[in-house]
Amino acid sequence: MTNRSYQSWAGYPVVEQEARKMNWQTDSLPLEGSDGKSFLPYGNGRSYGDVCLNDGGIVIDCRGLNHLIEFDSENGILRCEAGVTLQEILHFTVPKGWFLSVTPGTQFVTVGGAIANDVHGKNHHKAGTFGQHVNCFELLRSDGSRRLCSAEENSEWYQATIGGLGLTGVITWAEIRLRPVKSALIDQEVIRYSNLTEFFEIAKASDQDYEHTVAWIDCLAQGDQLGRGLFIRGNYSDTVQNRAVRQPKLNLTVPLEPPFTLINSMTLKMFNTVYYNKQRKDQIKSQVHYKPFFYPLDAIYQWNRIYGSKGFFQYQCALPVEHMEDAMGEILQRISKAGLGSFLTVLKLFGDKPSPGLLSFPMPGATLALDFPNYGQKTLDLLNQLDEVTRSVGGRVNPSKDARMSSEDFQHHFANWRKMEDYIDPRISSSFWRRVTAES
Amino acid sequence: MRKTLVIGATSAIAQDLAKLFAEAGDAICLVARSDNKLKILADDLQLRGASSVAMQSMDVLEYERHQSVVDTAVEALGGLDLVVIAHGTLPDQAACQDSSELTKKEFEVNALTTISLLTNLANYFEAQQRGSIVVISSVAGDRGRQSNYVYGAAKGAVTIFLQGLRNRLTKSGVNVVTVKPGFVDTPMTADFPKGALWASSEKVAQDINKAIDRQKSIAYVPWFWRYIMLIIKSIPEMVFKKLSL
Repeated sequence: MTNRSYQSWAGYPVVEQEARKMNWQTDSLPLEGSDGKSFLPYGNGRSYGDVCLNDGGIVIDCRGLNHLIEFDSENGILRCEAGVTLQEILHFTVPKGWFLSVTPGTQFVTVGGAIANDVHGKNHHKAGTFGQHVNCFELLRSDGSRRLCSAEENSEWYQATIGGLGLTGVITWAEIRLRPVKSALIDQEVIRYSNLTEFFEIAKASDQDYEHTVAWIDCLAQGDQLGRGLFIRGNYSDTVQNRAVRQPKLNLTVPLEPPFTLINSMTLKMFNTVYYNKQRKDQIKSQVHYKPFFYPLDAIYQWNRIYGSKGFFQYQCALPVEHMEDAMGEILQRISKAGLGSFLTVLKLFGDKPSPGLLSFPMPGATLALDFPNYGQKTLDLLNQLDEVTRSVGGRVNPSKDARMSSEDFQHHFANWRKMEDYIDPRISSSFWRRVTAES
Repeated sequence: MRKTLVIGATSAIAQDLAKLFAEAGDAICLVARSDNKLKILADDLQLRGASSVAMQSMDVLEYERHQSVVDTAVEALGGLDLVVIAHGTLPDQAACQDSSELTKKEFEVNALTTISLLTNLANYFEAQQRGSIVVISSVAGDRGRQSNYVYGAAKGAVTIFLQGLRNRLTKSGVNVVTVKPGFVDTPMTADFPKGALWASSEKVAQDINKAIDRQKSIAYVPWFWRYIMLIIKSIPEMVFKKLSL
């Protein structure tokens, strides 16, 4: 049965697939009567593109695997089932003085999804990826076997599963290391800067003393203002709160999907100009709750609907350190010239901490991520132009956000992809994997 | 510290409700069929802050154990302030139409077992002169429809039983909450395509928790089902009998 509620976050492509649920870690995989159809583990559906889709097959919804198993409050080690979301973890651990070692820009992802996509966040330069803070996990395969995987035990399975896009089996539970915090607050500084050169100066100067750094950029600015934006840096606050934390109470949602995108050149220009000028001073220090700091978009539940029924594309590339300044300039120029782009464009420097994951995305250098409304060929043409730049400097495109990169590009960006084939479960497949491994 | 008994504890709604009870620091006794699942849930609730968690495995069809399960819970918890009854199945309507045996069995699981448990519990609460009895019924019990009237009849029986029970126990200071969920995305409804009216079990559990705190009598969850059912109930039978709902 086709299930409309299991699609990807960007709403493209739309697929026909059957959904089944797995609710207990002790259960076997729900594959009865599946006629040999392939399956794919599915978390909370926050992957943008088709890594979470299995057109014509089955997805196994793992959100029911949502039990906490064990918590070592001395050392900040949490063992929980793979369908637990990061939001649920923070709700549980922050009052006890522990935070996720690495968090992506939304708290609505599951632990299993965070491992399978080896997600990163604003502290990549300090802490690396999510997978680097995973002690161990259980991998359940379609033959019924269960493997405990860690850096020491079944290490090759550990490496293939971290960033393995769900292809190696179902992660039933995982044990992750947290980092201590004194409060739920972040000491934040927002610096307005006027072009790409300034960004690189501030970013390089900040990475030593700030655990979290990221820039929001005005993707429509051109000429000597190319790459202008707001540089946001912060550290966990040492202030111990003695009063209840003031959390943003505003919970908005986009209740319906409009028939066309609400993001067009006019709204985009308006938003970007207003946002860039939202602070009068060039530098503002403040103390903010972790939610608006890490998860600004989570405040608007289902914001993805503003792009309308055709959905959107997210493009995230990583550019190697030796070419990042020129290549980033070239990419931004191509975007602003096209007049396409998003209200949230983020730019960040990656650090050099390698992930154990075979297919992990980050590389030392810079990364840019932004959304484009789906205008069909016009959008695809621009993305192909961006690919040219990324490819020419030896960069790569993030599979977790992709719905359209060519198989040549994927195989070129991720030289380890053939090694993955030894670990992929014979019953598991995804729309993404079939697409990027197709003969070209 | 509230002393809480949850029957059918491994159902999705009951689990999410139990997590809220644990965060509030309740002492909890869980009843469900599977030992494995009870253990997984108990560890989770303990971590989330339950002051104690006890477990008993029972199939609700074991009527002869109904009284002893209640007694054991009272003993383990040192009393009883709140009971939630959440077990149930979703019958295959077409299969029931071909089998009176199956129809009887589904009615038994969804109505008679609940009524039997309630009979034992009601006397305990009446004697104690306080406490809350919370039962998960369904909007399906508000009106019979061709697509699931076996389930609807069972839930309707439970709803009417609870109505009478509430009428009897109010003077004893016992609150009886009839919970009527609409479409909830749980393992029980895994095979249904989900639309805008569907709610997650987390959301439904939060709403039930509020209804318990506010000592409601009838709780449609989410709230808009009160109005949907108001409309459905008001359609004249002359018209309703021709509809395919």
